[in-house]
Amino acid sequence: MSVSNEAASPAGPSHFRAIVRNPYSVLPNWVYPAFVAVALSAFAVYSIWVVFLNNGGRYGPYLSPFYSPEITLRLGDFLIPPALWVAWAPLAFRGTCYYYRKAYFRSFFWHPRSCAVPEPRNRPGSYRGETGFWALNNLHRYALYAITVQMAFLWYDVAAQFLYRGSFHVGLGSLLMLVNVVCLSGYTFGCHALRHLAGGSQDCFSCNRARFALWKGVTVLNVRHDRWAWVSLFTVVLTDVYIRLLMLGVLPHGTWA
Amino acid sequence: MTVSISPLKLSVFRGEADRGEMVAYSVPVREGMVVLDAVLWAQANLAPDLAVRWNCKAAKCGSCAAEVNGFPRLLCKSPVDDYAGEISVRPMAAFPLIRDLVTDVSWNYEVNKRIPEFTPPEADQHDPEPWRMQQVDVDRVIEFRKCIECFLCQDVCHVLRNHGRTDAYFGPRFMVRMASLEMHPKDGLDRRPLLKGDAGVGFCNITKCCQEVCPEHIHITDNAIIPLKERTADAYFDPIRALTRRLGRRSAG
Repeated sequence: MSVSNEAASPAGPSHFRAIVRNPYSVLPNWVYPAFVAVALSAFAVYSIWVVFLNNGGRYGPYLSPFYSPEITLRLGDFLIPPALWVAWAPLAFRGTCYYYRKAYFRSFFWHPRSCAVPEPRNRPGSYRGETGFWALNNLHRYALYAITVQMAFLWYDVAAQFLYRGSFHVGLGSLLMLVNVVCLSGYTFGCHALRHLAGGSQDCFSCNRARFALWKGVTVLNVRHDRWAWVSLFTVVLTDVYIRLLMLGVLPHGTWA
Repeated sequence: MTVSISPLKLSVFRGEADRGEMVAYSVPVREGMVVLDAVLWAQANLAPDLAVRWNCKAAKCGSCAAEVNGFPRLLCKSPVDDYAGEISVRPMAAFPLIRDLVTDVSWNYEVNKRIPEFTPPEADQHDPEPWRMQQVDVDRVIEFRKCIECFLCQDVCHVLRNHGRTDAYFGPRFMVRMASLEMHPKDGLDRRPLLKGDAGVGFCNITKCCQEVCPEHIHITDNAIIPLKERTADAYFDPIRALTRRLGRRSAG
């Protein structure tokens, strides 16, 4: 019996290129990656608008997550957009995140769009995965270090707004900021790189019970890393939009603040 | 045993790599039927020369790996009830075809030989006492040992399937094997140079299709490939670790 030297796909005859039905849903398998592409693009456009075209995110006790920590620096009369000092950290963290890598490789690059489907043609042997330029994703742990510092500021902001001007204060914005920081913590502290640093790098779990306990704790969050990633993305936008509407006077003063 | 009223329309790839076609068979549906049952019914009653590999029919041998409606699956673990309308069955697309549903998966065994086997440190090799492992350490590597070598993960991996980079990447199955060795508390070898080099862990871009198709539900990406990527990053991509290693060597020297 003869054996062909070539794999059945993509080098094989065209009759192998089956229509791949979505095994999880009646929806076509391009719908989910299209949704991801639209949602991430919308977030990117909104973030660019906030970072480059706005100079503040504080309303009374509330501070938008885009501006935490608040850094005001002027070059002559020009105010460097304060969010610029903040935005690079979440951009680096999410851009190198193991979940978002799956999301953007599937949605924007179609490598692959969905499982077992054909891909845009590359020159044979040219695909390099996360070697070459994308090897920068291996620096994810450094983005984790930066975002951990930022998380401390975000938790401080939540605590500070509860104690606004020396007395206890609570409003809808307080709850939004609290939910946002909880979701961001769930996302940040379920990070795969943190899981490795916490205890995953060990070969012997039983040799260091404290690190094993840490690893287990991170794993609890890690198994839903994708959901934390999405929820926290939405809570960041929601919190910012709420504070911005207060700043613009769209929502009435006093009632909501 | 009940027989349903409407028979199943089963479409099976017949032929070899250079010539082949989808052939339709009408198969009576029985309660609890899986796609392998339908294929074997067609083989027994309509097409005695239909080539299909199978063995245990219990999702434990991995022999009946193929593609149902274009998606890699074990035929014996695919209930007919899960599919509406016609069911198409094709061979695994990532491997050279022998005939009909049978592919040549021998490349995988050649790759396997390139992975250094379990090697305890010198002191442990001559330890007369039985080794003791804590359950938490056993649990971690036992997940990887559940692999039945069906090679569905290799089939669905786009690096191998769509880009044909068998020259550069060992594939998810062998990332799992290397994880089982690297994370074993009694193994003393460092396979990170192999991982970064010939094994090509950097070629994986974390799209998790391998994890989706694994019939043993091994968390291939989360528990094997990503931890191996992080270990490789420790050795090759972390500038602070590289600096501390260099300073450590200098002070030791």
